[in-house]
Amino acid sequence: MADALKSITLRRLAIATVAVLVAGYALAFFAAPEDADQGFIQKIFYLHVPLATVALCGWIVAAIHAIRHLRTGDPKHDARAYVSIHISVIFGFAVLLTGAIWAKGSWGVWWEWKEPTLVSFLIVFLLYATYYPLRYAIEDRDRQARYASVFAITAGAFVPLNFLAVRLAQPLIHPRTFSSAGGLPDSMLFPFLVCLAGMALLWSTLVWFELDAKAASANLKRIRRALEATA
Amino acid sequence: MTPFAALLRKDLRVELRTLRSLPAMALFAVTAFVIFRFGLDRTSLDGELAAGVLVPTLLFAALLAINRLFVAEREEGGFDLVRLAPVDRTVLFAAKASALVIYLVMLELVAVPIFALFFLDTASGLLPFALVLLLADIGLAATGTLISTIATMSSARDLLAPLILLPLLVPLVIAAAGAGEHLLAAGGPDYGRFGTWLGLLGLYDLIFLLVGYATFDFLLDD
Amino acid sequence: MIPLLAIESADRYVGGAYLVFLLLLLVYVAIMAAKLARIQRELGSLAELAERPPPRPAEHDVGQIHEREHEIETVRQGQR
Repeated sequence: MADALKSITLRRLAIATVAVLVAGYALAFFAAPEDADQGFIQKIFYLHVPLATVALCGWIVAAIHAIRHLRTGDPKHDARAYVSIHISVIFGFAVLLTGAIWAKGSWGVWWEWKEPTLVSFLIVFLLYATYYPLRYAIEDRDRQARYASVFAITAGAFVPLNFLAVRLAQPLIHPRTFSSAGGLPDSMLFPFLVCLAGMALLWSTLVWFELDAKAASANLKRIRRALEATA
Repeated sequence: MTPFAALLRKDLRVELRTLRSLPAMALFAVTAFVIFRFGLDRTSLDGELAAGVLVPTLLFAALLAINRLFVAEREEGGFDLVRLAPVDRTVLFAAKASALVIYLVMLELVAVPIFALFFLDTASGLLPFALVLLLADIGLAATGTLISTIATMSSARDLLAPLILLPLLVPLVIAAAGAGEHLLAAGGPDYGRFGTWLGLLGLYDLIFLLVGYATFDFLLDD
Repeated sequence: MIPLLAIESADRYVGGAYLVFLLLLLVYVAIMAAKLARIQRELGSLAELAERPPPRPAEHDVGQIHEREHEIETVRQGQR
């Protein structure tokens, strides 16, 4: 019964995701005015910044799951932490790619050290990329999960600190930044928020989907073991 | 004697007797300076270049110590002793982190004067820079002990510890190098953003000491 | 002439960024589809394993007990 309920929720989530994303990007391209400074290239903002925001929140969410895992010892929290980090890493990869394209379009270079968000993201991405070799290097399941949780909490604490540090490292005059979400006119803010909601829904859908697939695989293993024992 | 003091004393005694890590760290740092002299083709450094050579070198030397932090425990079963003793396991974290700070300070007492000898024209910025380094050492020790523990129990420990640690240490590098750029400037120390960097270092230390304190226990459960 | 080129160029970058995103999404979906296919195959082989009769007869006395139980059950059902 619970599984049937879950799959209905996944479908609803997916439909909501598509609906909100389509609405968001329709608004971004047809309703939002073109940016006076950057021109048409600013439209990448509606893609890059929601991806970044959701990825970062995803990593924080993973840290919360990790805390729950250490407190309760329940492996389902570890699974949630793992998948949250995994999907956020994929989003993070997209952030770096779209950021590079935006940099190339705005300033003619594929990478810009003076763009604090992009640089912070690179560092955080490099950190979370080590999550996988960490897990693979520890064979004992229980220990692997516990150590991964400690990592997720440490990394989660690191994210905001890193952003602060990189921002402080920027030259005080003429930092090159992509437009930020602060100080946006309403005509741009509303499409941005819809896109942000859409990305958050997309993240949630993918996480849910992955967790379902993992649970299915795990159940299949149990069945196989049971069948092979009685055969 | 408190458990903390006992553990710390044991570590320091072992290190002094066997000299496992300290000479290697110091040697590494000095050799790295020579490499930088040729790599950059410069015989005098100041400002951001000076910071850019000194801070990463100290960092990489620290990684040597961090990799070897738990060698004794691994080989001689020290972990089991701590697990069995009726002691708060966080004490091991505090003792190891403190030992690491001491090793780093001892390293810097050797490496920084030699760096000044090799490259600096004026040593006037070194004292305030020492404060920066001390705060950075505390942060390095907190994160380093935590990650070293994680890596120690894994199969790829020598590779894993630096891999995970380096991104985590970027804020420390930003702060230390940022401060060094001003303090080691050619015309003498400039206290431009000194407070900012000290603040960032202090924040980093606080956060990761807390994280270590809160989570270390879970690394030793078995 | 020049402003026109500039617009085209910006178009390309914006299009490129969104395309990259969609591509990543597609790659993800493709990987998940492959995972699902593997799960389906595993399910199929497990179903076969479950439906297959036991490969060899059970131990002699245990087999007899099962036969006896089966007989009793059939008789009981006949009585109902």
